Amino acid sequence: MVTLQFIPYTEIEALSSVGRIRKLLNIAKKNKIVLLQGRLSKDEETELIKTTMEEINKEFRGIELAVIDPSQSETLEGFAKVKNDFFSLFLGNRSGFTVIGPASVVKSIKKNPDKIELLTMNKRRRSKKK
Amino acid sequence: MIDSIKGWFNSFLNMFFKTKGDIKLGLYGPPNSGKTTLANKICKDWLGQEMGSISNVAHETREIQIKEQISMKSKDGKKELFFNLVDTPGIATKIDYEDFLKFGMSERKAKKRAKEATKGVIDAIKWLDDMDAVLVVLDSTQDPYSQVNITIIGNLAARNIPVLIVGNKSDLKRSNIKKVQAAFPQYEVMGISAKYGRNVKKMYEKLFKLVG
Repeated sequence: MVTLQFIPYTEIEALSSVGRIRKLLNIAKKNKIVLLQGRLSKDEETELIKTTMEEINKEFRGIELAVIDPSQSETLEGFAKVKNDFFSLFLGNRSGFTVIGPASVVKSIKKNPDKIELLTMNKRRRSKKK
Repeated sequence: MIDSIKGWFNSFLNMFFKTKGDIKLGLYGPPNSGKTTLANKICKDWLGQEMGSISNVAHETREIQIKEQISMKSKDGKKELFFNLVDTPGIATKIDYEDFLKFGMSERKAKKRAKEATKGVIDAIKWLDDMDAVLVVLDSTQDPYSQVNITIIGNLAARNIPVLIVGNKSDLKRSNIKKVQAAFPQYEVMGISAKYGRNVKKMYEKLFKLVG
């Protein structure tokens, strides 16, 4: 069974960057797929990769990460883009969503600009190997 | 916003305190995209020696490798560019030692390689701040929309570091440079084959424009 945990942006809004990463990674480490409203900052995304690498061990093999952010779309221009940037500055980046899946559950995430596909692991095959 | 200000500030400081000989040109990208093959090609062309070993098994480069004081001449021979070439381990979000077992590696060796690879990714990220220009090496036969690619390029943009994206392995049938270009429309993307040297001379000319 695959569990998806939805995290509204308000749940991470007040947290520091380290706190946000910790919260998201802790959920992923429980073998749950995180569906976060909005996205982390670019620095936080890099920090998430770094922290993931620091915590890789026998049980935790890392994450699959994907961000769908319509506000970054090339089609968003002019006033719409300015409006979006203005609100992001004050309210955080709430547009779009971020998927963080533990590598033990999610084999890969295929992303086209407006579509996302999660390929999950065949648990039975993996456990046979052990 | 803060990232952009930081980037502009760093560029401003670099204008005054860095000489051209100090330029650090980084090779970044996902594992197995051909960063070291390209580093070897650059070093062979301009120093007459290779830089590191290459392999079909991912995460062959697990430590930062630097070749200092490479001197590159422009096509007409009028311009010269001095730089230090920094080859970095491939950036990934997951590393599973079991993937290495498929290549006939022993469990002990596979675990060791995985551990070194995780450290390599951390080091590559730490070095991002030190780069003056970056060649992002992507495998043009693979999906360019991977979040790792987007995160690396987004970070470089936030730091205001000049970027040239190369879609490597253009010699392969499955290569799709147009798809790479479509994924990063705001950047210059060129197809190359580091292995066979295809388009590499053109890439050198682009490098002159990027950091010259």
